[in-house]
Amino acid sequence: MNHTIDFILLGPPAIALVFWLASMIERRRSGSAEAGFFARNGGAISAFLLIAVGFWALALIVWPQLYMVEYSFHPKLPPSARFGPKDYYTLANYRYFLFGSPDDTSHWNDTHLHAFWTTIGVSVIITILNFAVCYPLAYFMAQVARPGTVRRLMLLLIIPYWLNEILRAFAFRVLFGTGGVLNAALIGAGLIHEPIDFIGDDVALYAGLTYAYVLIMMFPLYNALESLDRNQIEAARDLGAPWWRIHLDVVLPHAKPGIASGATLVFMLCAGALAAPLVLGGPKTLWFTPIVYDRFFQAFNWPQGAAYALVLLAACMAFVTLIMRLFKVSLSEIAR
Amino acid sequence: MSADIDLINLTIRFGDFVAVRDVSFKIAGGEFFSILGPSGCGKTTILRTISGFLPPTSGAVRIGGRDMAGVGPNKRPTALIFQNLALFPLMSVADNIAYGLRVRGVGARERRAKADDLLKLVALPGIGDKKVAELSGGQKQRVAIARALAVEPQVLLLDEPLSALDLRLRQLMRAELRAIQKRVGVTFVYITHDQGEALTMSDRVAVMNHGVVEQIGDGPTIYDRPATPFVAAFVGENNGVAGRVTRIADGFADIETPMGLLKGRDGAGLAVGEAATLFVRPERLRPAPEGFAARVESTAFEGHLTHVSLIAGDGHALTMSLGRDVSAQDLTPGATVNVGFSADDAVVLRQAAP
Repeated sequence: MNHTIDFILLGPPAIALVFWLASMIERRRSGSAEAGFFARNGGAISAFLLIAVGFWALALIVWPQLYMVEYSFHPKLPPSARFGPKDYYTLANYRYFLFGSPDDTSHWNDTHLHAFWTTIGVSVIITILNFAVCYPLAYFMAQVARPGTVRRLMLLLIIPYWLNEILRAFAFRVLFGTGGVLNAALIGAGLIHEPIDFIGDDVALYAGLTYAYVLIMMFPLYNALESLDRNQIEAARDLGAPWWRIHLDVVLPHAKPGIASGATLVFMLCAGALAAPLVLGGPKTLWFTPIVYDRFFQAFNWPQGAAYALVLLAACMAFVTLIMRLFKVSLSEIAR
Repeated sequence: MSADIDLINLTIRFGDFVAVRDVSFKIAGGEFFSILGPSGCGKTTILRTISGFLPPTSGAVRIGGRDMAGVGPNKRPTALIFQNLALFPLMSVADNIAYGLRVRGVGARERRAKADDLLKLVALPGIGDKKVAELSGGQKQRVAIARALAVEPQVLLLDEPLSALDLRLRQLMRAELRAIQKRVGVTFVYITHDQGEALTMSDRVAVMNHGVVEQIGDGPTIYDRPATPFVAAFVGENNGVAGRVTRIADGFADIETPMGLLKGRDGAGLAVGEAATLFVRPERLRPAPEGFAARVESTAFEGHLTHVSLIAGDGHALTMSLGRDVSAQDLTPGATVNVGFSADDAVVLRQAAP
């Protein structure tokens, strides 16, 4: 553990030093009068920026993740035995995810694999649902509505997020339960005679997750659509395009970076959601995140938990790459 | 193919604001027709109504004899060129031009052939595969025209399309636009606040102010025979001198002004005793011994003309523009000069209500 503290204390100043040297060399070599990073910002501020950003990036993001990667290749050991003679590198944790056993590879680990693919598949569906819900609204707000209406709609969208996530999930349970508000209303209206099991059929889960990430999809989409010149839409219309062609040819291509940005965010948050799937998921639906949680805190197998978490992370990264390929956008466009 | 346009008692309101007030006029098929006026006069509103983006509050638009009420912009035989051109930045030049054909279901090969033909028409052959962002201002202009012409409209509507170009390119594009219009024979309706553009390109010009058409006529008529004080003052430079009519005879009016009794054509069927304004163009003023006295304030040399700022009568400012044939040498600031003009070159119009 001493290594850790050394790393945290010495790492950032070392980075600052490297940057400072690099900037000095650069200035020497180019010989231009243009001020370098240190000259522009002053020594103290430059050092602070480099140390703060370096600490944040390395100590809070890169290092813990690398630690998890490393951890996932170890067997389950008591802390005292870590890095000891009994410690070794192994793929057992990944093998367990695939085959349900550290060494027997004759059967697939159906429960965990099923949960994994369910999580990925449902997250894709939720992402598509979210886009379908948000696109018309974002288009209306960005291109059609007056500023006053936009402000009111924004407020209506934001206010529900003042509620706690778990509270919102339970509210959906009350809404969708067999004795819930929706069933009572449908029976009262004479539309159905038996209550519908919205929770068992995962309707509540889909609705709850879609609802939870509406804003995440909404903002990048709204930003992208808002920057579209109205004349472009009118020009397409004037040239004879029906409304759906205008969206297909002019609006959607323009909004592509926003769609990609919203889709990746919603997918990742959805695949990593913990509370909503636990509260709203039907008995048949096992989400992957509770399994990861169980590896850590029920099985007390941290290396295995780390391996499971990394599998999910890899799936998310694959999804982002796929979306970028599909939409032909770069990472910098998504981040805009 | 070209179609005539008939505007009948067109009124367009935005809430309490009347943007266009009971406007009626006809544009002939194949005509280059300009609507000229200051910003906010209602000219763009009329254009948007002809193109179908804005329904009139009352009145009707007929294109080629057909009433356009309820016909959307994508169904009208018009094509609009936007002030900012509104080219599609994510499409190539050829795709831009052929977009109207694509939505009509024309095949890719035929679209490309048509786009290449149109690029030749606007003198930009072979740039079909370029991106819009790679084009210069003038090239974008021509591509926008080609895109509008691709759908073979009977009427081309242009909303100040040259305003973003620099002066030299603007003058080049004026001639180019006129030439394209002659070649394709489509009715052009051209919106501008630049009187130079309107006068050089158009067969006829409508001058608008505050939602009302003040005068319609060809360039020389608008310039030499303005019907209202607004037209006289807005189109070209003009000197206006206010006074009261003292005599009407043979189509001429005498008007009593601070500079003495002045005489000009009666442009409004005036009566003796009416308040009126006499307009005379700077280039029509001349040093003349029998004229009224004025003090030279300053002179500005502009090559073919020398502009002389004068103060006459009770401090009234006038401008006199002299060609190279008249010597301006003794017109030094502070000097006094007698100025006159021929009654044929001045027009007396009824004073607009203040």
